[in-house]
Amino acid sequence: MEDVEQLATKDYKWGFVTDVASDTFAKGLSEDVVRAISAKKNEPSWLTDWRLAAYRAWLKMKAPVWPNVTYPPIDYQGIAYYSAPAAPKDKKQSLDEVDPEILKTYEKLGISLDEQKRLQNIAVDAVFDSVSVATTCKDYLEKLGIAFCSFSEAVHKHPELVRRYLGSVVPTHDNFFAALNSAVFSDGSFCFIPKGVKCPMELSTYFRINAADTGQFERTLIVAEEGAQVSYLEGCTAPKRDTNQLHAAVVELVALDNATIKYSTVQNWYPGDKDGKGGIYNFVTKRGKCAGVNSKITWTQVETGSAITWKYPSCILVGDNSVGEFYSVAVVNNRQQADTGTKMIHVGKNTRSTIVSKGISAGRGNNTYRGQVKVAKGAAKARNYTQCDSLLIGDRCGAHTFPYIEVQNPTAKVEHEASTSKISEDQIFYCKQRGISTENAINMIVNGFCKEVFRELPMEFAVEAQKLLGVSLDGSVG
Amino acid sequence: MLSIKDLTAKVGAKEILTGITLNVKAGEVHAIMGPNGSGKSTLAQVLAGHPAYTVTGGTVTYQGRDLTEMTPEDRAKEGIFLAFQYPVEIPGVSNAYFLRAAYNEREKQAGRPELDVMEFNTLLKEKSKILHIDESLLNRPVNEGFSGGEKKRNEIFQLAVLEPKLAILDETDSGLDIDALRTVSDGVNRLRSKDRAFIVVTHYQRLLNYIVPDFVHVIAGGRIVKSGGKELALELEQRGYDWLKPAAAGAAR
Ligand SMILES: Nc1ncnc2c1ncn2[C@@H]1O[C@H](COP(=O)(O)OP(=O)(O)OP(=O)(O)O)[C@@H](O)[C@H]1O
Ligand SMILES: [Mg+2]
Repeated sequence: MEDVEQLATKDYKWGFVTDVASDTFAKGLSEDVVRAISAKKNEPSWLTDWRLAAYRAWLKMKAPVWPNVTYPPIDYQGIAYYSAPAAPKDKKQSLDEVDPEILKTYEKLGISLDEQKRLQNIAVDAVFDSVSVATTCKDYLEKLGIAFCSFSEAVHKHPELVRRYLGSVVPTHDNFFAALNSAVFSDGSFCFIPKGVKCPMELSTYFRINAADTGQFERTLIVAEEGAQVSYLEGCTAPKRDTNQLHAAVVELVALDNATIKYSTVQNWYPGDKDGKGGIYNFVTKRGKCAGVNSKITWTQVETGSAITWKYPSCILVGDNSVGEFYSVAVVNNRQQADTGTKMIHVGKNTRSTIVSKGISAGRGNNTYRGQVKVAKGAAKARNYTQCDSLLIGDRCGAHTFPYIEVQNPTAKVEHEASTSKISEDQIFYCKQRGISTENAINMIVNGFCKEVFRELPMEFAVEAQKLLGVSLDGSVG
Repeated sequence: MLSIKDLTAKVGAKEILTGITLNVKAGEVHAIMGPNGSGKSTLAQVLAGHPAYTVTGGTVTYQGRDLTEMTPEDRAKEGIFLAFQYPVEIPGVSNAYFLRAAYNEREKQAGRPELDVMEFNTLLKEKSKILHIDESLLNRPVNEGFSGGEKKRNEIFQLAVLEPKLAILDETDSGLDIDALRTVSDGVNRLRSKDRAFIVVTHYQRLLNYIVPDFVHVIAGGRIVKSGGKELALELEQRGYDWLKPAAAGAAR
């Protein structure tokens, strides 16, 4: 398939840099830096102490070596831990106070923060480097009792909620990157859906890393009280830069009795160039706790970007009859590496989980699925179904599957299915003979392969995800 | 429409076509017969532009253009259709979706507006009736899990939808039951027109009772060793290919 190999790689079109004055800390990490971040945000002392405890724990921890990825050691003193657009400080009552350059950036990314022009039925929280620059639809949501705001704002407006739930799903010392995040996180999104409320619109956060040599450490906390429902979407991009940038986020979800949280991610961080230079290191801890009975958490992710992806959105199924779902498409092309999957921890009775993972490898990409299904002693009649499919495009890429299954209750049922397929030259030729170009043929086959996952995405984003997949696989095939 | 002259082609290091000369005019139906491994499918694949086959000599002119210079997808868009001997499965892509993509590529090429899903479905329904294609097949992934006969029928269904100028059928009759054979032949006969040509590769004279050819050619050892009218097929049916072997050997010398 030489002709396929020769197709030029399309550019990462989100790779531009926004020219804004920024308030950026000097590189380096210490207790003083942690204190300074906390001071910037006027945080209460309990939070400063919480951060410091995390920092001290982090100092004693080591980066995990078990992921199936390779990268040179990260110099944690070579990163700036806080960067915010300088102009309107943390107070932004209206969009007029947001730097027009930033608004333009989001327009260019296809995300309008203008209330009049915004996509219907989506509220957006826009995070630029370390801080949230704007949140739309806030007033409307507030009338329903829904809190949707930047994390910094939540610390002041809803201190008791933040204090109750922060770290309740991902403790500070959970893992190396979670500890780092807990120490230095600068902003993120906070959602709280009160008892009995069904959130009438999609809530979404758009993360943008702009400044060079900064890390982005955001924190997302979503709490759905009894009977509440919410669908949340996260998108992300970054400029093209030759150096690697670290993104170490923590996302915590809490679903109480009969609550439903649907969390969808379309991850499109800059993946680096075709030789593997630059790109984002996406080391993220995402976990949801189905704390209440009949609660449900669904993770849907489409991972097309990043030089390295390391993330395992997980569910802890504590409440009886609770449900955890994980639907994932992970694409690697060129030199990208991904080690991603999920953990389903069954604690309550009759808990059910579904895992559908679709890994696509092209170029010299390396894709690893790592999944853990654990059924605790008390989880009578727990059920898990895992389906794990890999699609290879070309001969130089790799796909690996590491399922870990641990069942401590004899009434549990765990099923695992796996498959590996390859786009064959004959398939491509068949399509071409019908007039369909190689590119379109691959798009068609890949989209078909991912259908079960795309189906789980909110409509607009499913379309976006399909396009994204096309771009990230463009010229990848051999 | 199609003019093949002294065509030689190889796969890997192996020379398979050793000098094919064939002229096909619009409106004609040419049947190609010959022993297993003689190069019939190879000829079909070469005409479609399969990358595994290299043209080593001779010329192929299609509608005045050098066919060998055209990409496979351009050939398709310019009206060449190959009904494969072994149709490929494309998991996850529905038949209807696949066909609309193919159809619209042609429309684009011809400068006509593309059909949307609704318009196209109407067209599909019509065509599926003609070929007695079960509508559920339309929504299933292309050829996936289709029986051998269903795959073949699906190829002819695609042909009917895409309405090519030059249709090449590679052993479409193999694996079809009697009724399917009649349906498929009916479908092909409906498509016969003065603007359209067919090359029909088959092992069985029976098919040619339904699709009556204007010419019959026998390929052996990578070249046409005998050409004639439809009665040649009957003669082959009775005598086999052995009596032609010396001619093949002679031609190869
Ligand atoms: N890709 C390939 N690699 C190696 N040999 C091939 C390839 N394709 C065809 N051949 C060989 O070329 C010769 C001609 O094959 P071809 O498929 O054209 O025969 P055919 O006339 O269609 O036979 P049949 O009647 O059995 O379909 C055979 O010997 C076959 O093994
Ligand atoms: Mg053949």
